[in-house]
Amino acid sequence: MRDVAIVATSQARNTTDSTLTTPELLMPVLADLFASLESLGVSRSDIDFWCHGSCDYLTGQPFSFVSAVDVIGAWPPISESHVEADGAFALYEAWVKIQTGEADTAVVFSNGKSSSGPVDRIMALQHDPYVEASLWPTMTATAALSARACLDRGVITEQQMADVAVRSRADAIANPNALVRGIHTVDEFLAEPLVHAPLREHDIAPIADGANALVLAAGDVARAWSPRPAWISGIDHRIDTQRLGARDLSVASSATIAAQKAGVDQGHIDAAELHAPFTHNELILRRALGLDDNVAINPSGGALCANPQMAAGLARVIEIANRVTSGSIDRGVAHATSGPCLQQNLVAVIENR
Amino acid sequence: MTTSTNDGDVVHLHQPIGVTYTWSAGPGASAYLQGLTEGRLVGNRCPSCDLVYFPPRGGVCPRDAVALGPPVELGHTGTITTFCIVNVPFLGQTIEIPYVAASIMLDGADIACQHLIQGCAATEIFIGMRVRAVWKPADEWTTSFANIAHFEPAPTDSDQPAGAEKNA
Repeated sequence: MRDVAIVATSQARNTTDSTLTTPELLMPVLADLFASLESLGVSRSDIDFWCHGSCDYLTGQPFSFVSAVDVIGAWPPISESHVEADGAFALYEAWVKIQTGEADTAVVFSNGKSSSGPVDRIMALQHDPYVEASLWPTMTATAALSARACLDRGVITEQQMADVAVRSRADAIANPNALVRGIHTVDEFLAEPLVHAPLREHDIAPIADGANALVLAAGDVARAWSPRPAWISGIDHRIDTQRLGARDLSVASSATIAAQKAGVDQGHIDAAELHAPFTHNELILRRALGLDDNVAINPSGGALCANPQMAAGLARVIEIANRVTSGSIDRGVAHATSGPCLQQNLVAVIENR
Repeated sequence: MTTSTNDGDVVHLHQPIGVTYTWSAGPGASAYLQGLTEGRLVGNRCPSCDLVYFPPRGGVCPRDAVALGPPVELGHTGTITTFCIVNVPFLGQTIEIPYVAASIMLDGADIACQHLIQGCAATEIFIGMRVRAVWKPADEWTTSFANIAHFEPAPTDSDQPAGAEKNA
């Protein structure tokens, strides 16, 4: 395996009702990334591969991702690709590309404008078109089914769910990208009405428009481009069946396999950023990944406080990479999910060396 | 609303889907679209390579990956860079065949836009031909490039690009 590290990152401030287009959302993020590269004497032409994560269903426009290619400067021709998924899965493709030896460097970027349409309903279209999508199961409704399964099995409590929200919003105070933040109490949250039983408002991430990007580099290039590269020591993603009725919605078995393959248990974990846009998602994922109480969970406030669709997973990677690069942690876990109810899960172990 | 009909041995499931979006043009395309409502053709110049984009492609220069500069007003004449004579009927066709769809480089622009060519026989059209915009009546204008009904042959003049003589 080639050693691959994250050497630069950039995140846009999340907003709730952007009037920008996809290229306009991405432009400042990539400009910021290019500026940090230029300070190292690196130019866009030194990037071997570009990979983008976004979803046409969010923009309501077929091939909308093509317009994003303009933002990375596609002339003279470049080597680029796109995943119709969260940017974390674009990161995986770029990592594989570097492993093949076809590239030494890559830029991974993602964007999501969740406010363009009724995102809860749009995400219903990710279900199979014959049986499930015809029922229009919204993102929040399927999450509520999963939360109900957890509560009925007694593996989590509503107090634990509220605990997640209290801790996340408190941590989000220090995160300028968060859309909800503040000091709250479990009692205060549990006194709120149910909005999608058994979910309350604090259990559900607010809608966000956002974009982000990072630079990957292999071996000596990474050491030259960053004083403290955030090395990806393991990365894997697995997927469960698309059929909701054929899954136990109180667990994320694919996340468990991905965590084992990524080597989460091969050393101490300081912090984990889990892509958990619903409070019970975090509780499921902590068990699935085998994270104990000593691990700082979602120190950024997590996707619960800022959830730009298709960018929130890559944001988890960036949050962990930034902490490794700054020296605040030595080894962390980044997780990203795709599909309803934690169907597909990517786990990356990111560390200082 | 999902409904089903029974056609002998075959059950048909009718499952209409629909999602309503609010689409933002963004600052990049807004000057272009606003210009169209006023009968003006507005592109944007790249501050780095100086090329003028019409339409302004989401407000970014694909060569330089930088935001396009202030709006640039363009003339209503241009040159055909390539064209296609459409002879094939297809579902939803709104124009009588044969018709000509062409790429037109407006004077002052550096990328071509697409529109219909009318006002002459399809066989008379050639690459390098000078054309001019024919606008619909002003009371029909919206934020659409279709405010221009079509382009038609323009009288050739001294600013015709070199090499634009008619193909034999």
